[in-house]
Amino acid sequence: MKVGLFATCINSIYFTRTVTATRTVLEKLGVEIIETEQVCCGQMHINSGYPDLAKPLVDRVEKNFKDCDFIVAPSASCIGSLREHEDRPELVAKCFDLSEFLVDILKVTDVGATFNHRVTLHTTCHSLRVAKLGDKPQQLLRAVRGLELIELPESDSCCGFGGTFSVKNSDVSGAMLADKMRNISSTKAEYVVSADNSCLMHIGGGLQREKSSIEVLHLAEILANTNG
Amino acid sequence: MAKGYSGVSLPFPTLAKTALEDTQLRTNLARATTTIRNKRAKVVAEVGDWEALRQAGHDIKMESLSNLSTHLTQFEKEFTSAGGHVHWARNSQEACEIVARIAKENQVTSVVKVKSLTTDEINLNEYLGARGIEAKETDLAELIVQLADEHPSHILVPAIHKNRDQIRDLFVEKIAEAREGLSNNPRDLAMTARVHLRNRFLSARMAVSGANFAIAESGTLCVVESEGNGRMCLTLPEILVSVVGIEKILPKWTDLEVFLQLLPRSSTGERMNPYTSFWTGAGDGPSQRHVILLDNGRIQTLADENGREALACIRCSACMNVCPVYERTGGHSYNSVYPGPIGAIITPQLLGPGLAKTLPFASTLCGACYDVCPVKINIPKILVHLRANENRANASISEKLAMRAAAYALRPDGLKILARLIRATSPLLTSSAFTKLSKSLPVAKKWMAFRDIPRTRLNKKP
Repeated sequence: MKVGLFATCINSIYFTRTVTATRTVLEKLGVEIIETEQVCCGQMHINSGYPDLAKPLVDRVEKNFKDCDFIVAPSASCIGSLREHEDRPELVAKCFDLSEFLVDILKVTDVGATFNHRVTLHTTCHSLRVAKLGDKPQQLLRAVRGLELIELPESDSCCGFGGTFSVKNSDVSGAMLADKMRNISSTKAEYVVSADNSCLMHIGGGLQREKSSIEVLHLAEILANTNG
Repeated sequence: MAKGYSGVSLPFPTLAKTALEDTQLRTNLARATTTIRNKRAKVVAEVGDWEALRQAGHDIKMESLSNLSTHLTQFEKEFTSAGGHVHWARNSQEACEIVARIAKENQVTSVVKVKSLTTDEINLNEYLGARGIEAKETDLAELIVQLADEHPSHILVPAIHKNRDQIRDLFVEKIAEAREGLSNNPRDLAMTARVHLRNRFLSARMAVSGANFAIAESGTLCVVESEGNGRMCLTLPEILVSVVGIEKILPKWTDLEVFLQLLPRSSTGERMNPYTSFWTGAGDGPSQRHVILLDNGRIQTLADENGREALACIRCSACMNVCPVYERTGGHSYNSVYPGPIGAIITPQLLGPGLAKTLPFASTLCGACYDVCPVKINIPKILVHLRANENRANASISEKLAMRAAAYALRPDGLKILARLIRATSPLLTSSAFTKLSKSLPVAKKWMAFRDIPRTRLNKKP
């Protein structure tokens, strides 16, 4: 099994902790990761209406992982975007979000993690409706020792990030964020977790602005944690 | 009389900002959309083959659109041979002229109306009003909006932005039949409107409607409604004129089997709608029946293979009720007869991109609309397509340059440099000095208006 780790651009640049955690989880389960360069899926350009600028980026993803059987990313959003390229069926067939790869391919829900905290899950739009992860993140979280999973009210409603939407329609984005944060606070969780750092950057930035004690954490980082 | 759409291109973000500040509006919208959304989810879950029905609805519509000219000429032949009159209109102006001409020829000075988006699209009420013909809305919510001299804010529940206190006050001020001390009880309000509307129905000589479906093989029009006002308009007057977009055509009578299951569950969250009226040519009821088949941008939309799917819309409004952007901003922010996610893809295509530069960007692409659409219109995909069209024509030089620079920076070498750069500058980026500085930086200030750069997420060197 040849597995390529697709860190995604945002994680390569900003959230390298998530990349390290993804690598840790996969290697612990005996997965051998083929070393490749880091690339971008082109989603920002596609969704912002610049498909011509995205094309060379997608070409590079395809080339970069051409020797891999699986492309695994700690991002449902980027995986979902790659899967929209119907004209590249071989690429589409190889793309897996981390939780899909663990549950569907490795058939593992208990990755041997421990996390002694109250956690709530923001089921991101792209996890649910684009990558269609279903309840795989929940299955993985429920198997973590010490973790108390608290249901987030209206968890399937959008947090308001939406890439460039967050700046082009910043007032609407802010209103959606306020509602999302109110729901998160109501859970009394210590951490809000999701399968995408893009939403978490927006939610985390909002919580920080409110001086909330609730922190954001990527799913991979909980799965990689073994010391409580 | 309700105001027509001016065609002035006000940016969505500007209108949305005003709407967001209206707390009453946000409360009304959240309550109403949540109620309809939950009702819909419940009745859709009852249907075992819902996904197959959606696919069938999509396929029938797309097949019908790909053979539109055949189906339309067949409809014309059948409707005419059954005694009806078929007119063709290339645009709003032609359609309005035909309605006014029919009214003039019959010495009619007022018409009753069945709720119709298509007649709102062509600003028919204003056109007739300017020529001394009063158009009276008879759907309860349309009546409310017309009395308030406003636009509908939702295609199914046009007065969703108003609550019952506001409606009571409006009735007391504008309706002669409103008795003194009228309460805000929904029944009292409805009874007041009922008495008022009865007088309209009994005195009307001409009615104007739209249609939900036009059946090609039999030349039949269909109107689906809840209040019975439609049935009154379609049967009582002598003259009936229906303004129908050419995309409303369905090839066969049996196609209705699919759509009459999809539509009520998706729109009002009912298993079946209360009133479904059909008519073919002339017969019982109105002795003169006209249909105006309207293009108004539809043929041009059909020519765009990436955008044409929008024409499959059956105007159920399910997408609006699940849209997180619509829920917070309401229909008026879209400044179009077609608001919400479907409005964001129909308005620029039908009425021209110049009128709707900002609409394709008024979405987070969360996909909730696509999930509920009864005819499986991939709304996010079309939004993205329209964004690209808009950018090609009108994106600012600075945005184009920024996107070009980003595409260059996101190559493997660039990612390495950016990662190093971020690591080196992270203490600065999360400092209070940067927060202050960012308030005067063009893009950063939009981000920093509601959020910080998340400090806790910054990585120490792995």
